[in-house]
Amino acid sequence: MSKNGVFSRLRRLEKVEGVDEYEYANPSCDSDEVHVLAVDDSLVDRKVIEKLLKITSCKVTAVDSGRRALQFLGLDEEETASVGFDDLKVDLIITDYCMPGMTGYELLKKIKGSSIFREIPVVIMSSENVLARIDSCLEEGAEDFIVKPVKLADVKRLKRCMFGEGRIPKQERAFNKRKLQQDSPEITNAPSLDENALSSPSHSSTSSPCSPRSFSSLPSTPCSPTSLDSPTRRVKVSDDS
Amino acid sequence: MATVGQLQKQFVDFSTSLYREFIQLQKLQDESNPDFVFEVVSLFFEDSEKLLNNLAIALQQQVVDFKQVDAHVHQFKGSSSSIGAHRVKNMCVAFRNFCEEKNLDGCLRCLQQINHEYCLVKNKLENVFRLERQILEAGGTIPLIA
Repeated sequence: MSKNGVFSRLRRLEKVEGVDEYEYANPSCDSDEVHVLAVDDSLVDRKVIEKLLKITSCKVTAVDSGRRALQFLGLDEEETASVGFDDLKVDLIITDYCMPGMTGYELLKKIKGSSIFREIPVVIMSSENVLARIDSCLEEGAEDFIVKPVKLADVKRLKRCMFGEGRIPKQERAFNKRKLQQDSPEITNAPSLDENALSSPSHSSTSSPCSPRSFSSLPSTPCSPTSLDSPTRRVKVSDDS
Repeated sequence: MATVGQLQKQFVDFSTSLYREFIQLQKLQDESNPDFVFEVVSLFFEDSEKLLNNLAIALQQQVVDFKQVDAHVHQFKGSSSSIGAHRVKNMCVAFRNFCEEKNLDGCLRCLQQINHEYCLVKNKLENVFRLERQILEAGGTIPLIA
């Protein structure tokens, strides 16, 4: 891993507007930490998603547009990356759907259309629970579609599902995804859809996110309990449940 | 001069009336970022005031660009939803319908209503922060909200 490459790229980026970076200053330690690129044009939502990700022990880089996300990845306007994928080590991209300029869907297509970056899981967030939108995102290769406002339970489940208690090597991740698709090609692998589609206010999350199931069926196997309804004010939360 | 108990009760009342989302935000606050909620809410105020201003300007144009107005309202709907400002969010939904119909009167009325709702929620949020401060200054603890 070229640490120098990372730092100099970061320095360049710091001068670019619209990039907030959290805890990316030490790529040498915690190389097993999941690094998430969060994309949202809303200031408020960006701050919240950053916090949610930090609480689940992820490194976060937050940008305010699809274009900046591509710049960060080194994808830019050209299809070739200027910096090696491994240097930046983005493990997950979570993006808002409705953004001016480039939508989350367009960003998703660009990423999935890139031979270098298409293995990075992309999750779409949207305040609108539109079935056609969900379908088209999943068809385009999105891992998941989360209806806003995003909850801590959503982020925790995502992280657990995609990365387990520790990091899953790239090959295995891709394998899991392919396996899910093979098992049930017509079934959407979007575990969060049900609870959000039903607009259920309670969050006793009962989904088993990694098992394929149809969109309309209710989840049955409990995931690990969310701590969202805990009455105690959260002190420091680490993803150890 | 209110007692700590009274302050705490007021704090709980205001917080719970701001719906789940705000309470979830409070739960995200921890020692590593003790001003998290305050920062998010401050961003919300900043964002909202800009949006409301942009909306007023957009609706004053000779030829109103309803798509642009709708884009602003959509943003406002998103951020108010994240904070738990449900009445503002609901007004945004109505507002977007008027945008779709290109109903200028409807839009103007909505803008007025949204301004009003926003003032109410801003007031409420400021009260929550004021109460927090007062409780801590009086030596009390911030009540836990289930």
